[in-house]
Amino acid sequence: MEHQFTDQNFETEVLKSELPVLVDFFAVWCGPCQMMAPLIEELSSELEGKVKVGKMNVDENEQTAQKYSIMSIPTLILFKKGEVFKTLTGLRTKEDILAEILEK
Amino acid sequence: MKDVIIIGSGPAGLTASIYASRYKLSNLVIGGLLGGTITYAHRVDNFPGVAGISGFELSQKMAAQVKSLGVEILGENVTSIVKDGDTFKVVTESEKEFFSKTIILTTGTKRRKLNIPGEEQYLGKGVSYCTTCDAPFFKDKIVVLIGGSNAACSGAIHLAEFAKKIYLIYRKSALRAEPVWVEEIKNNPKIEVIYETNLIEIIGGTNVEKVILDKPLNGQSELVVQGVFVEIGGVPSSLLADQLKIEKDQEGYIKVSPEMETNIKGVFAAGDVTDRSLVLSQAITACAQGAIAANSAFEQLKS
Repeated sequence: MEHQFTDQNFETEVLKSELPVLVDFFAVWCGPCQMMAPLIEELSSELEGKVKVGKMNVDENEQTAQKYSIMSIPTLILFKKGEVFKTLTGLRTKEDILAEILEK
Repeated sequence: MKDVIIIGSGPAGLTASIYASRYKLSNLVIGGLLGGTITYAHRVDNFPGVAGISGFELSQKMAAQVKSLGVEILGENVTSIVKDGDTFKVVTESEKEFFSKTIILTTGTKRRKLNIPGEEQYLGKGVSYCTTCDAPFFKDKIVVLIGGSNAACSGAIHLAEFAKKIYLIYRKSALRAEPVWVEEIKNNPKIEVIYETNLIEIIGGTNVEKVILDKPLNGQSELVVQGVFVEIGGVPSSLLADQLKIEKDQEGYIKVSPEMETNIKGVFAAGDVTDRSLVLSQAITACAQGAIAANSAFEQLKS
């Protein structure tokens, strides 16, 4: 099961995480986000122990969404040691996401 | 060995599976993104029986119907199809192999891009290909939307619920959307349509700040905007067809007969990836073509 990130737990769960963290910024009204949801769930178990994978509802967590200037969803951001390492905007397939985030 | 493998999981593929199942053809649907292009529509009002439904919900209902008939939808992309005698071997990106007697290709389209300076740089920083996803981020902002189709016009109307002002920019002299949409556009005080004009550049700092038009508007070729929405249709995702030497037209659409047959025996195609979709590319026509393709596969397997 993927993690649920919020404005409240973002610092401890994402920014201070030992593992890299992949955050899926989404909203319930976004069809393509829903289309990607099952892929995020699969990635979460496939990457267990390597990358922490979780979702963040931009409607309920405006503070974080604004901080990272989210203007398009789905957006995936890979955080490493509290910093934005990579941003993937728009609909992606699982293989595509894997290739992008496992790339050194 | 399946009777049919359907590649693509949008309306055409899902309908093909429903029909195939009811013909008692064993079948499998393989598609990386369940739902297809219709999931981009925030409101679908022309699919009979379910007026006002969102595109995503409509596709979910179709997928649920497929699964209720006992068919698996595999969420992966296909990387190769090889024909060996009368059998097709389909390989997915995780190297799973499947075999079938026939294939129905329903791989749809990818979003068409403007291919102008700034477009890639400002993706996610003001440039968007999905009004239903991103309209709420442009509350009280000024945006341009490029296109003149149903998707473009319905997108502009959706944007008007949030943005302060929408310039709908279209390269031709009349919108090509259904008159119902065109009327809604004309009656919406927030939307201004600019005809026979193209965008040539997107400019900004961190985010989009303005766009350059190829023809001045009120003496200005610069337009101050915070968002650029691109709704100019798709390009066919028909690369897989090449491996089977399937005939395509100049733009890459798969050529099909009225029975949705390709030039290769045992391979059918339906939906936006076919040259038939050039007449009308709607969820309902994709579904109709999917049904015909499944019927044609059935007829061929019977004989």
